[in-house]
Amino acid sequence: MDDAVKLQAFEDKIARGEVIEPKDWMPERYRNQLIRMISQHAHSELVGMLPEGNWITRAPSLRRKISLIAKVQDEAGHGLYLYCAAETLGIDRSELTEQLLSGKAKYSNIFNYPTLSWADMGVIGWLVDGAAIVNQTMLAKSSYGPYSRAMIRICKEENFHKRQGYEIVATLANGTPEQREMVQDSVNRFWWPSLMMFGPSDKDSPNSQELLRWKVKKKTNTELRQRFVNLTVPQAQALNLTLPDPDLKLNEATGDWEFGEINWTEFNQVIAGNGPCNKERLKARCDAHEQGAWVREAAEAYAQKQARKQAA
Amino acid sequence: MTTTSTKVVGSNPGGEWPVWEVFLQEGEEGSPHKHAGSVHAPDGEIALQNARDVYARRGKVRSIWVVPAVVITASSPSDAGPFFDPAQDKVYRHPQFYKAPRGVKVF
Amino acid sequence: MESPEEMLSPRAATIAPSELPTFSPAVRTALFDYLLRLGDDRLILGHRLSEWCGHGPILEEDLAIGNVSLDLIGHAQAFLALAGRVEGKERDEDRLTFFRGEREFRNIKLSELPRGDFAFTIARQFLFDSYAALLMEKLQSCRFPELAGLAAKTLKEDTYHLRHSAQWVLRLGDGTLESHAKVQAAFNDLWAYSGEAFVADEVELLLAKELGIPDPSSLKAVWVERVSALLKEATLQVPADCFMHTGGRKGLHTEYLGKLLAEMQIVPRSYPDARW
Repeated sequence: MDDAVKLQAFEDKIARGEVIEPKDWMPERYRNQLIRMISQHAHSELVGMLPEGNWITRAPSLRRKISLIAKVQDEAGHGLYLYCAAETLGIDRSELTEQLLSGKAKYSNIFNYPTLSWADMGVIGWLVDGAAIVNQTMLAKSSYGPYSRAMIRICKEENFHKRQGYEIVATLANGTPEQREMVQDSVNRFWWPSLMMFGPSDKDSPNSQELLRWKVKKKTNTELRQRFVNLTVPQAQALNLTLPDPDLKLNEATGDWEFGEINWTEFNQVIAGNGPCNKERLKARCDAHEQGAWVREAAEAYAQKQARKQAA
Repeated sequence: MTTTSTKVVGSNPGGEWPVWEVFLQEGEEGSPHKHAGSVHAPDGEIALQNARDVYARRGKVRSIWVVPAVVITASSPSDAGPFFDPAQDKVYRHPQFYKAPRGVKVF
Repeated sequence: MESPEEMLSPRAATIAPSELPTFSPAVRTALFDYLLRLGDDRLILGHRLSEWCGHGPILEEDLAIGNVSLDLIGHAQAFLALAGRVEGKERDEDRLTFFRGEREFRNIKLSELPRGDFAFTIARQFLFDSYAALLMEKLQSCRFPELAGLAAKTLKEDTYHLRHSAQWVLRLGDGTLESHAKVQAAFNDLWAYSGEAFVADEVELLLAKELGIPDPSSLKAVWVERVSALLKEATLQVPADCFMHTGGRKGLHTEYLGKLLAEMQIVPRSYPDARW
């Protein structure tokens, strides 16, 4: 079969809602788009461990400490599922790591913001994980088998993160005046970056159309962002927390909460590497990787020695 | 202290540990092992521990198998026709093909 | 998608603790101190391990170390909660964790030493896990049923931790020249802190008599044997006998603990009326 025929068969398969598995023929572009998407997601989980890891040693109760460590661990686990899914497309983990550490690969912008108070732990769980869930629920039905299966696993675990976050936010919102102030300040800092997590608006998103046609993505950035806002506003209202957007208002006709214009300048600056923590995040990952080289080598050397012993 | 297994496979000189596929037996006793994903590890013992930490943190996992990815032989999609389709029309393999006399309990 | 109500619905209630047996004042005081020792050893060590989150040498190991840290802090929660009930002054595990001063902590110094590199972490963990598993094994037959039950539960996780740290000692010791040197240096540095756990004082001696708690000095010989065997298998030298640092059990700590506590306790201490 020549490529044009294969491509048509592939597109038909997707149109029928069938799942593509690693050994199936796929166009190079599909393969590359998936590698880019999956690895970006994996890198985000990895880097995402850092802003939250920042508060593990200062968690204010044993229950919160344990929950936070478990959450950060889950993120490591999610990174692992996703790297493994990416590897089924023919790329090595070491190559993916190199892309991240060299600054070539992107990861979710939100993790380039600093965590400045305990309240950020709640707000990140509520807003950032909340936004991720809106995105991920859609991806669980992705056309690529290994990605979709990884996402199903991840979605199951993600729910605990969001609940944990919202519980922290509620505790603070209903606490002392200082705690209320702490959590309101946190919301003021994280609201807009959370909205930015859904990426550029559809007209500025070069990859969207293709990804939609191949059922890797099933909804547009704009649709997802609106869905997130609609879910979240009532949750904020339930706690008497304000969102830092004077243009936020309910459109009675559509049921949508309309919101103000996102600061795309800030968005682009952070993507370009000028966010508050970009350099620190990358340095932490680089250091961990470099300082881990001797450990990885030792384990390999041991394994080889054992193999020689067994063979003898 | 002895280990269960330090089975090893050819590691790659790039410094990345080889891939192991992970199969879990979850839930009811006697249920089959299902593929859960993969981990990187230098040998079987570490693969088992990693698999437990990555895939068995929640829920009732009774047993874990880890298998070096390189030793798995798999059918390919182009085999699907010759391999699998003929099975569909061999009706004599299915119990419904056979009639039992009325009133006789076969099982 | 969950509503605010669904997100805040209460979890299943934790199991209500059973009634405490009646203890004499002397036993009660000793038991409170002893439970603090068990809890603090794990709280402080768990805290040190948690410093690896996001910085582990390999993603899989980051996860593994995180698991151990979680287990240890969970154990600490249980031992400290029991301690608070034995003390009878309404101090729960959080009160004990975040509002005691440095001189009231009862962990061995081994727990509070800085995180160190991976070799140091594994070596320290192996020394502790070897002790912990032995201790819990004996503690599960003490005559205070609730503590015996806790020990049995803890032993399961301690056993897994020991497997993990022992396997890594083997890989680092018998790996490359570099890993061998690093882990040997770590054991050499740690050795002087490894004896404290096995010193019996009036607290353990009284409880051994009254409640069948194991005398820690009785564990040392087996510990030495097991640790030496594994080190030799890892092609490492067992460090020579040396002077052993003590004091942690009496609240006389290294300068590391104060800074650890300053970080750990800052938020609740800054907002003393707040609940988290």
